[in-house]
Amino acid sequence: MTNRLFLYGTIFFCLAIQVGVAKTIIVNPSGTVRSIKDAINLAQNGDTILVMRGVYREGNIILEKSIVLRGDNFPVLDGENKYEIMTIHANGVVVTGFAFKDTGVASVNDLAAVKVLDSKHVKIVGNQFNNTFFGIYLANTTRSWIENNQLQANAEAEHQMGNGIHLWKCDQITINNNSIRGHRDGIYFEFVTNSLITNNHSDRNLRYGLHFMFSHNDEYRDNTFINNGAGVAVMYTKNVTMIGNHFEHNWGSSAYGLLLKDIRDSHVNNNTFIQNSTAIFMEGTSRTQFKENVFSRNGYAVKLQASCDDNTFERNNFSANTFDIATNGNMVLNTLSNNYWDRYEGYDMNRDGIGDVPFRPVSMYAMIVERIPTAVLLWRSFLVFLMDRAEKAIPVMTPENLKDESPSMRPHDIHLPGK
Amino acid sequence: MTRVIKYVFYDILRTRFILLYTIFLFVSTMAMYQLDSDSGKVVLSLVNIVLMVVPLVSIVFTTIHFFNSYEFIELMLAQPINRSVIFLSEYVAVAFSLCFAYIAGVGIPIAMYGFNPGGITLLFTGTMLTMVFVSLAFFSSVLTRDKAKAIGIALLFWFYFSLIYDGLLLWVVYTFSEYPLEKVTVGLVALNPVDLARIMMLLTLDISALMGYTGAFYKDFFGSYVGMTFSVTILFLWILLPLLGSLRIFSKKDL
Amino acid sequence: MNHLPCDHMISIYQVNKNFGKLHALSGVSLELKGGKSYALIGPNGSGKTTLIKSILGMVVPTSGEIIFDGKSIRNDWKYREKIGYMPQIGRYPDNMRIGQLIDMMQNIRTADIPMDEELIDAFKLYKIYDKRMHAMSGGTRQKVSAALAFLFKPPVLILDEPTAGLDPVSVEVLKEKIIREKQAGKLLLISSHILSDLDELSTEVVYIFEGKVQYNNSIESLKEETGEKRLGKAIACMINQKELLASVSE
Repeated sequence: MTNRLFLYGTIFFCLAIQVGVAKTIIVNPSGTVRSIKDAINLAQNGDTILVMRGVYREGNIILEKSIVLRGDNFPVLDGENKYEIMTIHANGVVVTGFAFKDTGVASVNDLAAVKVLDSKHVKIVGNQFNNTFFGIYLANTTRSWIENNQLQANAEAEHQMGNGIHLWKCDQITINNNSIRGHRDGIYFEFVTNSLITNNHSDRNLRYGLHFMFSHNDEYRDNTFINNGAGVAVMYTKNVTMIGNHFEHNWGSSAYGLLLKDIRDSHVNNNTFIQNSTAIFMEGTSRTQFKENVFSRNGYAVKLQASCDDNTFERNNFSANTFDIATNGNMVLNTLSNNYWDRYEGYDMNRDGIGDVPFRPVSMYAMIVERIPTAVLLWRSFLVFLMDRAEKAIPVMTPENLKDESPSMRPHDIHLPGK
Repeated sequence: MTRVIKYVFYDILRTRFILLYTIFLFVSTMAMYQLDSDSGKVVLSLVNIVLMVVPLVSIVFTTIHFFNSYEFIELMLAQPINRSVIFLSEYVAVAFSLCFAYIAGVGIPIAMYGFNPGGITLLFTGTMLTMVFVSLAFFSSVLTRDKAKAIGIALLFWFYFSLIYDGLLLWVVYTFSEYPLEKVTVGLVALNPVDLARIMMLLTLDISALMGYTGAFYKDFFGSYVGMTFSVTILFLWILLPLLGSLRIFSKKDL
Repeated sequence: MNHLPCDHMISIYQVNKNFGKLHALSGVSLELKGGKSYALIGPNGSGKTTLIKSILGMVVPTSGEIIFDGKSIRNDWKYREKIGYMPQIGRYPDNMRIGQLIDMMQNIRTADIPMDEELIDAFKLYKIYDKRMHAMSGGTRQKVSAALAFLFKPPVLILDEPTAGLDPVSVEVLKEKIIREKQAGKLLLISSHILSDLDELSTEVVYIFEGKVQYNNSIESLKEETGEKRLGKAIACMINQKELLASVSE
C-alpha cells in the first residue's frame, strides 16, 4: 500500500514538473550541446532531450533520471562493437526515434542496445536496432511498453547472438507491433507475468521466435512467427492465452511451430499453423484447450507425448498434414471432438454435418515411428500405405481411446487474424 | 546396331502401348497439379506413382515385349548379327521408349508448372527406376522360355522390391532397434533400388526434417558429394548387373 | 558371282546337345562340302532341326565343334552372311507388312550385291506387300521364308522342311529354284519328310535317328546298296536293315 502511494506520488510529481518547469535540451553534432551524456548531465527529471540527426559514439550512456530521450530523424547511437549503448535505471523514461547499432558482444555480460534495470513506466517506442547483441533488455521492470521497434541482427552462430527483446522478472509489460529478425530468440521471457504480447512479427531467428519460461498469466495475440530455427517454445508456465497467432514454416529436424512443455490451464485458440515440421509438440501439458486452430501442410500437426492429459481439441481444421496426430502412449486421456480431418472417409446419414463413424487420427505407421525412430526410412513406401489401410480396417496398434467421436464433415469456418 | 534398334522401336510404337502409358502419366500428373496448387505436394504425391506404377509397368511391359519379339529375335539370329547386338538393341529400344514415355508424361506437366529440385529428382529417379526394372525384366525373360512363367518372375521381382523387402527391412529395424542402425540401413537401402530412389526423392523434397535423427543422418550422407555419387553409382549397378547377367545367359541360350 | 561357291565347307565334330536329360544330338560328326546337296532325314524328334539350328548358332552345342570354312562358329556371327536359312515354321513380327519385312532384311544385311528376287516374283509376293504377317496363312509365310532364304544369294542354303504347307504349284516353283541353285554349285542342306522331293533335290543323304548319324553317303550308293530305285523305298529298306542289325546285336 505504501508502495502504491509512493508510485502515485511519483507520477504526480513528474507530471507537475513536466507541466511546470520541464525544458528541452537539444543535442546536435554541430551545436552547443554535442553529446547525449552532456545533455543528461544538464537535464533534470521531466526534461526532454531532443537528439538531432548524426552519429553518436559515446560508449555506454547511463540514464538515471526520469527524462524523455527523443531522436529526430533517427540519430545513430553506435556501440562500436564494444559497448552496451544505453543503460536505464529510472522510472518514466521514454526512448524514441533512435537507431541503435553495433553493440559489443560478450559471453559474460548480456550487453544490450537498451537495458532497463529495476524501473517502472518505461517506454521504448519506434526505435531501430541493427546488429545488436541483445536488443531491448528489461530486468526487474514493471508497467512498461515496448512498441513499434524494429530489431535486426545477422550473426551466424548462436553464441554470438543475444535475444531481440529479453525480459527477466518483469510484470505488466506490453509488447506491441515490433519486428524482430535474426536474433537468437526473437522474444525471450523468464518470470514475466501479466503481460500482453500483440501484433509482433518474429522471423528468421536462430532459435525460437518466442521463448518463455515461468511466465504466468500472459496473453499472446495476433503475432506472427515465421521461419525461426526452432519455432516457439513455452515452458513451465500456467494460464497462458495464445490467440490468433500465426506459426509458419518453422522447419527443421528440431523445429516446432509451438513447443509446449509443462503447461497447465492454458488456451490455444484461433491460431494458424502452416508448414511446420511439427505444428504442436506437447509434453507434460494438461488442462489446456485447443480450439478453432488451423493445421495445414505440417509434418506432424500434433505430437502428443503420453505425459499429457485432460487437454481438449475442439473444432480445429486438420488438412494436408503428413501425420495428423502422433503419440508415444497407449492410454490417452485427451479429448478430441468435432474437428475437421481431411483424411476422414466416413459418412453422414442424418446430414447434421457430423460424421457418423469416429475418426482415429493416429496412423499405425506414426505409432511405429514413435517406437522405432529408424523406421522412418520406410516413409512413403507401399508397405506403409498398406499397413495404414489395414489398420484402418482392423485397428490393433493405434490407441483405442484417441478418437474423434464427432468429426466434422466440412472444414470449420474459422476467423483468423488478418495477415 | 542402330538398324536393329530402329526396327525394335518400330515394333514397340506399333502396339500403341507406349502412347497410352504416356497419356496415362500425363493425365494423372496434370490432374494432380489441377487438384493441388502446391507444386511441392504434387511432387510428393507423384512419388507414389513413380515408386509403384513405373516399376510395375516397366517390368511387365518389357517382359511381354520380349516374348512378343521372340520371332523377331529368332529371325535376327539367323542373320549375320552378333547376339549381344540383338539383345542390347532390344534393351536400348525398350528402355528408351519407356523412359521417353515417363519423361514426356511426367516431365511436361512439371515443366509447365515450374521446375524445382524435387521435380528434377523425380524425373531422374523415375528414369533410373524405369531402366532398372527393364533390366530386371530382361533378366526374368531369359531365365525361362515360358512367357507366363517369365511374367510371374517379373511380378515377383516387383513385389519383392516394392513390398517384401520393406517388410524385411522393418523387421530388421525392429529386431535391432537397440543398436545404432543408420549406417547399416544405408547399406540395406542400397540393396533395393526402389528404396534408394524413394530416399533420394524424400531428401530432395526437404522433408528429411520430419525423419528425425535418421533423416538428419541420411541427409548428411546422401546430401554429400560422396553420398550422391554412391547412390547414383548404385542405381547404375542396378541397371548394369541384371543387364549383363541376362546378356550372359542370352548369349548361351538356345532359341 | 565373285567367289566360287564350292569352296565352302561345314565340318561338324563330335557335337553333343542335351536339353536337360534329353540327348538331342550325341556325337554327331559330319562333313558338308560345297557343290553337294544333302538331304537330312530322320523321324520326328530325331534331332534334325537341332542340328540345323546348331549350325546357325541358334542352339549352342553342349560339346563338340562346328567349323565353317575353317573357323569355329563359337562366338562368331560373321559366317552367317554366307548362309540362307529357311526355318521349318517361319515366325515373323506380327505387326510387320511383308514389304517392310523384306526391306528390313535388306537393310540389316546391307548386302551390296543385287538381290535375288526371283522367288518374290514367282510367288507374286509383291502383290501382298501391304499385308501384315499375322494376317497370313502358313503357306504364305513359307513363301516369305523361302524368298528371304534366297534373297542374298548365299553360297550355303539350309532349308528346314522347305515344301511343308506349300500348295503344289508353289512346291514346284521352289523345287525348280532349289535345283537351279544346286546346279550353280552351292552347298545345300535340306531336311524333309517328303522323300520323293529329296530324290530330285539332293545328291547325298544323312539319316539321323535318336540324335545319332546312322547313315551318311550319296543317294546313288544308297540306292545301290539297297537295290531300290526310289529314295523312299531305299531309306525304308535301310531302316529295316539297321533295325535288324540292332536286334541281332542285342
